[in-house]
Amino acid sequence: MKKRALRAAFPHTVPVMTGYLFLGAAYGMYLRASGFSFWYPLLMAVTIFGGSLEFLAVSLLLAPFAPLATFFMALLIQARHLFYGVAMLEKYKGLGWLRPYLIFGLTDETFSVAATAEPPANVDRGWFLFFITLLDHSYWVTGALLGNLAGSLIPFDLAGLDFVMTAMFTVIFLEQWKKDRQHLSACVGLLCTLASLLIFGRDSFLLPAMGGILALLALLRKPIQKAGEAP
Amino acid sequence: MTLTQQLVTIALCVLATLITRFLPFLVFSNKRPTPAFVRYLGDVLPGAIFGMLIVYCLKDVQLLSGSHGLPEALALGATVLLHLWKKNLLLSMAVGTLCYMTMIHFVF
Repeated sequence: MKKRALRAAFPHTVPVMTGYLFLGAAYGMYLRASGFSFWYPLLMAVTIFGGSLEFLAVSLLLAPFAPLATFFMALLIQARHLFYGVAMLEKYKGLGWLRPYLIFGLTDETFSVAATAEPPANVDRGWFLFFITLLDHSYWVTGALLGNLAGSLIPFDLAGLDFVMTAMFTVIFLEQWKKDRQHLSACVGLLCTLASLLIFGRDSFLLPAMGGILALLALLRKPIQKAGEAP
Repeated sequence: MTLTQQLVTIALCVLATLITRFLPFLVFSNKRPTPAFVRYLGDVLPGAIFGMLIVYCLKDVQLLSGSHGLPEALALGATVLLHLWKKNLLLSMAVGTLCYMTMIHFVF
């Protein structure tokens, strides 16, 4: 049963594998260049498992100790995960002891795959979701370790490979667009974030964008629900 | 920073992450029925989130300087068109990414 779930889950994680191995390696190299041994990427990749915060954590580790600021900055950066939880409330119901790990591993990329991928009929849904999360987690840890230990050995220039994440979110956006009967929510997400980026700049646009998305989805609830009903 | 302070810093990052990931599941537990508005959000948020994540990935693009976001725009265009045509997730992503890498290495 587990083997079948693993085999069904793997193809869905290939784009994440490419992106995580590359970004993880970049992260490991960044830590090495900042003077940290492989224990640091190993510990952080396993326990935090969240790329953008882990990159920031490196500069926090190099700065004077500031626990309160660290905690609040981490909360702000990770706040977008609140959305993923709300979106996965129903899907992650009734999965027993696998559930805490699924929630722990709910990164941007894992969320995207777990929210859209459907297991084949003969595959257990819980184990399918578990292996998606576990595979993603292991790609990230492997990438971080490889980058830290062997980063200087890579003979070719991989600049631009991180675009695979942008491409993945774009393709998943298109798939979700096909699945949704209404497209207002997709437009709200795209335009609201874009507007917020233009107004607040790239360092502080995400929270206002999330607030705006919530407000607009609440305001537009009637038309969205009406448009989403089966004809 | 001492080793203890480093470990505390990392632990606080872990704690903050756990809070943001677990909070919705703790607030809306398995036992009580989820409020209708939150269920509505669960239905419509994914569409909005993927739009948000695309913009998030492109936040560092400089429209007014450098390559003016052309490599990103062209590679995204290729990804979208190929996906609408062939409907193959991996193919669209691979070609889009290769387009992007080729452009930033050899063109821009």
